[in-house]
Amino acid sequence: MIALFLRDVRLSWRAGGGALTGVMFFLAVVMVVPFGVGPDLNLLARIGPAMLWLGALLASLLGLDRLFQADREDGSLDILLMNGTPMAAIVFIKCAAHWVTTGLPLVIAAPLFGLFMNMPPLAIAATMATLVAGTPAITFVGAVGAAVTVALPRGGLLLAILVLPWTIPVLIFGVSAAYGAVEDPAPFTEPFIVLVAISLFFAVIGSLGAGAVLRHSDH
Amino acid sequence: MSDITSKIAVRPSLGALANPTRFLNLVRILLPWLWVVTIALFIAGLWLSFAAPEDYQQGRTVRIMFIHVPSVWVAMFAYMVMVSSALGVLVWRHPLADVAARAAAPLGAAFTFLGLITGSIWGKPMWGTWWVWDARLTSFLVLLIIYLGLIALWRAIEEPAAAARPAAVFILIGAINVPIIKFSVDWWNTLHQPASVFRADGPTLSPEFLWPLMVMALAYSMLFLTLHLMTMRNEILRRRIRSLQITTARRAERGQVE
Repeated sequence: MIALFLRDVRLSWRAGGGALTGVMFFLAVVMVVPFGVGPDLNLLARIGPAMLWLGALLASLLGLDRLFQADREDGSLDILLMNGTPMAAIVFIKCAAHWVTTGLPLVIAAPLFGLFMNMPPLAIAATMATLVAGTPAITFVGAVGAAVTVALPRGGLLLAILVLPWTIPVLIFGVSAAYGAVEDPAPFTEPFIVLVAISLFFAVIGSLGAGAVLRHSDH
Repeated sequence: MSDITSKIAVRPSLGALANPTRFLNLVRILLPWLWVVTIALFIAGLWLSFAAPEDYQQGRTVRIMFIHVPSVWVAMFAYMVMVSSALGVLVWRHPLADVAARAAAPLGAAFTFLGLITGSIWGKPMWGTWWVWDARLTSFLVLLIIYLGLIALWRAIEEPAAAARPAAVFILIGAINVPIIKFSVDWWNTLHQPASVFRADGPTLSPEFLWPLMVMALAYSMLFLTLHLMTMRNEILRRRIRSLQITTARRAERGQVE
């Protein structure tokens, strides 16, 4: 299991620089916001957490299609399927490795982009905390989409459409927790706890679902 | 051998319908009757709807309820049909289950769309806006996206048999949304009114509105059932044509090689 985790992390760091592409896409999204809504710093500070969340969501959706594709192409997915380990556990490890290489860079890059959006330090910290808690949920539910579309030639776009409905609760609670830290009457703890719960829930559902799909697809 | 098949044919069960030809025969017999019942129910339902008195607050617009509420019920019912079909695919591997799920998706999407449209036409005079991002409306829009995503998935995978299982898993995961739609009006403070028909303490709707609504709901359900059977029939025929085309193509190819 640890070997698989390290292998996946190493592979995605060395080949293709998937993590960097995600962060660059995140930067691109954050960069076009001021052009779209105008460079009013007060407005940017107010919509900052929401924009960071949207950027992170889109960037994580972008990288998901490679989750199982490379393994399928070189045949290692078949080996993983045949070696007797529960498929859900393998999916879980692969998702964890995927999150470390694509989700974590987004979280680390978020404070810098928060400065672009003229956000106060507290808002940046809160957004970062919600991203740490929330982006794993996107990876895990995305794993089901990645498993379904693994054999399709243009699966990436379809994956984003399929997965989007399940990312809506993540977005809702992530953004409301981030705002809760800044705006006074709104609570931070409650939406944050719900966000963590969603992540844990999707970690179970996503691993089981993706495992079932992978086991049964064209074998 | 013929003894065994005749025994299976006698037993009227879901298993007997696993034979597509038997299913097609049943559909051929049922369809005219189903159409008669559906049209009769629609005539009765529409007549009752227009005979219903005007609401003292909403006036004439209350009649939108008779087309709005049944379409959202049927939209959710269609999803439940897909959920049970998905279970049929994964658990019992019933050959028609995948056909049923696939046939229900476009119908469900159509009824969902109808529910959203009629709801927004009703919302304009009542709430003063076509659309609000409240929990009921948003979760219902998510249902439409789920339907469209599933249709896109089915269209993307060329081989119908290969699409069955991934689609079934996705249908089951999407089922989380149905209770969210149902209880969104209780869990969150929404502009949309809470449930007034299916409640623990009985419906709060007065009988002169409840009756037309129930007849229309029955008419919509029958319409869905009829269209669903027709779509399933078309899907079976489409798959047969596809396999015939493949065998013809293979035979032509073999002929060239020889």
